[in-house]
Amino acid sequence: MNAANRHEAVLQYAVRLGDDALVLGHRLSEWCSNAPFLEEDLALTNVALDYIGRARMFYSYAAELSGDGRSEDSFAYLRDCREFTNLLLHELPRGDFAFTMARQYLVDEYALAFMEALLESADPQLAGIAAKAVKESRYHLRRSRDWMLRLGDGTEESHRRLQSAIDDLWGYTHELFELDELEQELVAAGIAVDSAALRPAWDAAVRATLDEATIAVPAGDWSVRGGRQGIHTESLGHLLSELQFMQRAYPGLEW
Amino acid sequence: MSEHMKLYEVFIRSRRGLDHKHVGSLHAEDPAQALEYARDVYTRRSEGVSIWVVNSSDIVASQEGDCESFYDPLDDKPYRHATHYQLPDEVNNM
Repeated sequence: MNAANRHEAVLQYAVRLGDDALVLGHRLSEWCSNAPFLEEDLALTNVALDYIGRARMFYSYAAELSGDGRSEDSFAYLRDCREFTNLLLHELPRGDFAFTMARQYLVDEYALAFMEALLESADPQLAGIAAKAVKESRYHLRRSRDWMLRLGDGTEESHRRLQSAIDDLWGYTHELFELDELEQELVAAGIAVDSAALRPAWDAAVRATLDEATIAVPAGDWSVRGGRQGIHTESLGHLLSELQFMQRAYPGLEW
Repeated sequence: MSEHMKLYEVFIRSRRGLDHKHVGSLHAEDPAQALEYARDVYTRRSEGVSIWVVNSSDIVASQEGDCESFYDPLDDKPYRHATHYQLPDEVNNM
C-alpha cells in the first residue's frame, strides 16, 4: 500500500468505526423516555451518548483526513444507506428490552476487546480514541452482562424473550470477525484491529455468560453479512430517515 | 416495574476530603444495581469520586412528633453554644 492509498484506507476505516458507533448509538437513543423505568432510561441514554460521542471522534478524524472540507456532520447526515458501512448487528431494530440488552451484551464483549486491541494501533489518533472508548466499554459490558444474567435467570417470560433475542441475533455476529481486503491491509500495517483474532476469546466469554444465564447457545447454521460493503437490512433506511431528517429537510441548518 | 423494586438512598462524595452527602434516591433490584444506577443518575456531570447506596428501609429516622421532646429542651441552654461565652481579647481567632 502506498502512502496515498493508506491515507484513503485509514479514512474509510475511521468511517466504518464511526458508522458502527452512530447507528448503535441511535438505536439506543430510541429508548429515551421509553425504557422500562426511569433509572434504566437514564442509564441507556448514557450509553447511547457514549456511542454518539465515539462516532463524532471517528468522523472528525475521517473529516480531517479527507482534507476536502467535509465535517463530522457530512458523514452522519449526508450519506445514504449504501454509503454506510456499519456491521449489520448494530442497525437491527431495537426490539424489546431483552433484544436491546442481548445485542448490547454481544456488542460490548466485542467492543471492549476491539478497543483494547486498537490501543496498540500504529495510528496515534485511532489509539487515542480507543483509550477513551475502552473505559466506556468496560462499564457498558458490566451493565449488559448483568442484564443477561437477570433476564436469562429471571422469570419465565424474561428467559423466553432473551433466548429468542439471542437466537435472532446469532447469525449477525459472524460478520464481526470478518476482514475484507482493506482491513487486512491495515492490519498488516499495524493500524487496524485483527478482529478475526478476537473470536476465540469472544466465543468463550459469551458462552460462559449464556451458560450462567441459563440461555442455550444457538446452533449457528445461518449467517448474514454485507454491512462493510454497504449492503444493509431493510431497517437502516428507516433509521437514517429519522436520523437525517432535519439536515435533509433544512440543509445546513444550525442551532 | 419500579414499584416492585427496592428504594435506595444515594450519597456522593464530590471531592476527596469532603463528606458523603445525600443527593437523592432511586429504585433498583439489589445493592450492586443501585450503585450502577447511582452512577448513571447522579454523577453524569462528574459530580463524584465515591458513591454510597443504602437501603432506604435500613435508615432509622426521627419522627415529626418527636420534635418537642427531642429539640425543645435544648433551647433554654444557651451555655451549650460557644457564642454564650465572653472571650478574652487575647483570643481573637475563634
